[in-house]
Amino acid sequence: MKVFRDLLRDYRFFWGFWILVMTVVFASLSFFSPYDPGLWGEAPRDMRPSAEYWLGTDSNGQDIFWIATFAVRNSLTIALIAGLVSRVIAVTVGMVAGYLGGKSDRVLMFVSDSLLVIPLFLMIVLLAMLIRDSMSVISLGLLLAIFGWAWDARLIRSQILSLREREFTKTAVLSGTGTMKLVMNEYMPYSTPLIFSTLINNMAWAIGLEITLAILGLLDLSIPTLGTMLYWAISYQAVLLGRWWWVLTPIVLSIFLFVALYWLSVSISEYLDPRRRIQRVGVG
Amino acid sequence: MFVRRYLIPRFVQYILVIFFGVTAVFIIPRLLPNDPVMRTIAELRARGASLEPGAMDKIIADMTKMYGLEGTWLDQYGDFWMRLMRGDLGVSFFQFPTPVSTLIVTALPWTVGLLLTTTIFAWVIGNVLGAFAGYYSSSRWAQGMDAVAMVIRPMPYYIFAFALLLLFAYAVRWFPVSGGSSFGRQPSFTLPYIQDVLWHSFLPALSIAVLGMAVWFQTMKLVVQSVVGESYVQYARLGGVTERKIVTRYVFRNALLPQITGLALSLGLIFSGALITEIVFSYPGLGTLLYRAIINGDYNLIMGITIFSIFAITTTVLIVDLIYPLFDPRIRYS
Repeated sequence: MKVFRDLLRDYRFFWGFWILVMTVVFASLSFFSPYDPGLWGEAPRDMRPSAEYWLGTDSNGQDIFWIATFAVRNSLTIALIAGLVSRVIAVTVGMVAGYLGGKSDRVLMFVSDSLLVIPLFLMIVLLAMLIRDSMSVISLGLLLAIFGWAWDARLIRSQILSLREREFTKTAVLSGTGTMKLVMNEYMPYSTPLIFSTLINNMAWAIGLEITLAILGLLDLSIPTLGTMLYWAISYQAVLLGRWWWVLTPIVLSIFLFVALYWLSVSISEYLDPRRRIQRVGVG
Repeated sequence: MFVRRYLIPRFVQYILVIFFGVTAVFIIPRLLPNDPVMRTIAELRARGASLEPGAMDKIIADMTKMYGLEGTWLDQYGDFWMRLMRGDLGVSFFQFPTPVSTLIVTALPWTVGLLLTTTIFAWVIGNVLGAFAGYYSSSRWAQGMDAVAMVIRPMPYYIFAFALLLLFAYAVRWFPVSGGSSFGRQPSFTLPYIQDVLWHSFLPALSIAVLGMAVWFQTMKLVVQSVVGESYVQYARLGGVTERKIVTRYVFRNALLPQITGLALSLGLIFSGALITEIVFSYPGLGTLLYRAIINGDYNLIMGITIFSIFAITTTVLIVDLIYPLFDPRIRYS
């Protein structure tokens, strides 16, 4: 709690946190939606924003306000699944590689280095085409999780490498603490903030990829997400035809999400280590 | 020592990554339930072509051969590598029978032209602004620019492109909404044509450049801020070295080193660059090519683009890794 209060003093954490809370509130409005997101033509088509349709309606005959609540909810769910599952992989790989060292370290780091060099995006495109018919919020989250751990596993590994050299590791090992207990009880508390900040970065990455894949038409386009909203807007030429409100809503929502997540992550990593500021901002 | 400890493992990794990457590209489409040959024929029929049974068998056999789908998977795999070594990426299913490599070569100059100019432009401007903002970090304009960068930086480039599109092409109507050049214009090296291309490339270029500038600005500012605090800078100042010399020789020069490696790395990413930005602005580069390939289910073309990117990116990263020490004398592989 004290950490949280300290962090809230940073204006970036403050705004990032509250924007994210607002987004989650907005997303949970979807539970009270008068519309079924799977149905088209429930509202009149192509209406400008008005008292009745706050954010207007699209060419599919859907109320943009309510579809956007579903979109944010689904995009956040995809990002959370991708983030949490890939955290499990990243933490396991990072800790095993860092703690055991030797051959397992070299093999694991080779795999993660390779994932970093390969044009992952195109690989994900190929795989997404393969499972296009069974693409759901969960399967997309898992697909992204498989690829989203490499860089973070490296970060966690290097932290474990330095923790392993500390006095308390020796004390713990010599006094007969099991490896599992040592890692869980002694290392985890140190790693938690780092894991948390990588989780936030990873979520932003996942939302970005979700939007990219959707614009390429590789998602189930009947599921509303920030990406599929943009897909429909592009395929109906919304910009050319002057239906700016259709594009504006998902764009503004994404900008809020990306800025909030970035500010949270910058703020947390500065809190962790001021010297890391340079690296943090450096690697895009 | 350098060769054995660094060069050989790095090169082995390079080969292995290409090997596994290309193998994955070979396997993934073969896991798909549908048969590309039968699908192409179904498409031909849907367009109203009537075929005799005998001619049909011949077409199927020819297509199977052409798509490299003859024999067992192992035969196909060997054949796949053989063709790859000759630079043959097969033919496009959709724009039959144009070779995939021709399509890539046609789209490539657009993408490279757009990204090369914007990357270098963004690098220069971003670094200059970042350097001054870092040196005079307490001034108001430096802090203002920092705040702007903090907002622009986290946006994916296509989200930013959309925002610019809404602002300029729709709300203000200064720039054309889409296309690489005006419709129906013949490519030529005349001034009006070049002006036309530049005019149409302006918005996609601006979106990539401004975003890149925010990134370089932030890194440069932080590096300069930390270099200014170094003791050798303070020593030089106490020793009476002129302010100008401190700024150019002591601070900027040292701060520029990591930025040069950063530039090299981002040049490597050009090949898979701004795919969605191209789609948003219907710009005729690799991104739009990929988009059409996905829409039409043109696997050969997608595989071709992927394999091309694997080669391009891994090779650039390898080259950057190897010339690192030339840029930064502090790094030695030993």
